[in-house]
Amino acid sequence: MELNTGDTAFMLIATALVMLMTPGLALFYGGLVRSKNVLATTMQSFLCLGIVSILWVVYGYSLSFGPDVGNVIGNLDWAFLRNVSWETGTGRTIPDLLFCAFQLMFAIITPALITGAFAERMKFSAYLFFTSLWVTFVYFPVCHWVWGGGWLADMGALDFAGGTVIHINSGAAALVCALVIGKRKGWGKEAMHPHNLPMTVLGAGVLWFGWFGFNAGSALAAGPIAALALMTTQVATGAGALTWVLAEWKIQGRPTTLGAASGALAGLVAITPACGFVTPLWAIVIGGVAGVICYLGVILKGKLGYDDALDVVAVHGLGGLWGALATGIFASVGYQGLLYGNPKQLLVQAIGAGAAIAYSVVVTFIILKVIDVTVGLRVDSDKEQQGLDVAEHSEVGYSI
Amino acid sequence: MKKIEAIIKPFKLDDVKDALNELGIKGMTISEVKGYGRQKGHTEIYRGAEYVVDFIPKIKIEIVVPAEQADLIVEKIRNAANTDKIGDGKIFVMPVERVVRVRTGEENRDAV
Repeated sequence: MELNTGDTAFMLIATALVMLMTPGLALFYGGLVRSKNVLATTMQSFLCLGIVSILWVVYGYSLSFGPDVGNVIGNLDWAFLRNVSWETGTGRTIPDLLFCAFQLMFAIITPALITGAFAERMKFSAYLFFTSLWVTFVYFPVCHWVWGGGWLADMGALDFAGGTVIHINSGAAALVCALVIGKRKGWGKEAMHPHNLPMTVLGAGVLWFGWFGFNAGSALAAGPIAALALMTTQVATGAGALTWVLAEWKIQGRPTTLGAASGALAGLVAITPACGFVTPLWAIVIGGVAGVICYLGVILKGKLGYDDALDVVAVHGLGGLWGALATGIFASVGYQGLLYGNPKQLLVQAIGAGAAIAYSVVVTFIILKVIDVTVGLRVDSDKEQQGLDVAEHSEVGYSI
Repeated sequence: MKKIEAIIKPFKLDDVKDALNELGIKGMTISEVKGYGRQKGHTEIYRGAEYVVDFIPKIKIEIVVPAEQADLIVEKIRNAANTDKIGDGKIFVMPVERVVRVRTGEENRDAV
């Protein structure tokens, strides 16, 4: 296809916006942990920018988007970005290399999201292995299923900007991580407050801003669908922030800032698969319901007693699942959902979500077990007590 | 010489400082401290989890004064820091053996 400079300019910016989400996530997560772990937590998000960028060039892009093998994975024809041109677009109006860069940013943030589940207790070496193996064996295949011409795409599953590939996938992996690595030392006995909520709220703001690149950019063209995706993203996020705060005010008697930031994130997650397929009015419903569901998910975690330290399961897993199903209910732009006379779409969405959850759970479990018996997942008890910043990195976030 | 240590509510610091200035007290040391007495702590809520926080922020003021002024100063601090509510703090008075000014080596009364 002929390149379009407007589309190309837009996608260059969208790619940079999505990149900014990962440092935004580092701020968001960094503020939520205790001060002795702020750098280790920040590092676990930030360094995904390093690890995944390299793997993407070597074989990740090829496995995700390269020529299809059996509807489940790409082959290695595009390894080291062979055959990926910066001058032409294959079926798109932007250079292939730009599409590759845009998709790289998605591959970076997904493992970074999972780190919230094992925050404050995983060895740095184990984190490096986990991230490398997880993107290789979970992210690249699932990405191929949905966007790379794999079986979920063939079945007609709708995922505009990555609800299944990114959020359900990382949420399911996060649950397994929290269960396999176990609770933080002192969980349920010691107070584990967020140490810097202004930082967390700033992180949420950066994520929200970057998410315009993520969602509107997924249109891959500077056109009407990008405009729709941008607006649905905005209103769903606002609705999520509002409903989480109202729900906690009603249930616990206090509206909190962390609730507003978390609700915004819940709204962003839920609208992601739907943003280019639904009207802004339905987007408000999708985001608003997400704020309440994810809040209840956090409460449920406390009752079930697993230590998903930064609530990846409740926000990304549940929010993502709701978003995937909501796409099958409310879609009306280009595709029809349940409300527009096509109940089959909801079923297809459920199958897509279920497949991603099942695959992610099984493979994540195997990866964690392999790392545990080889390098070990968890820092020893003394180091955990001391804090990962000093114990693993020999530095501190704050000094008087 | 007496040392007066007053633990007060943080927002009362300016009132206490002004009251001491009026008496001609020329210096003081303060620190941000945490503690609890009969007031106890408060509850904080983070993503649905409620935590009881025992230690609440207070300000500790330390001044050293001639012994005969101590009672008056204690009275002034008490008046300035008082809100008639639980948690207003405490004032401790204790004897000081010796004071030395670092720069000149002056001692005791001359040094404060």
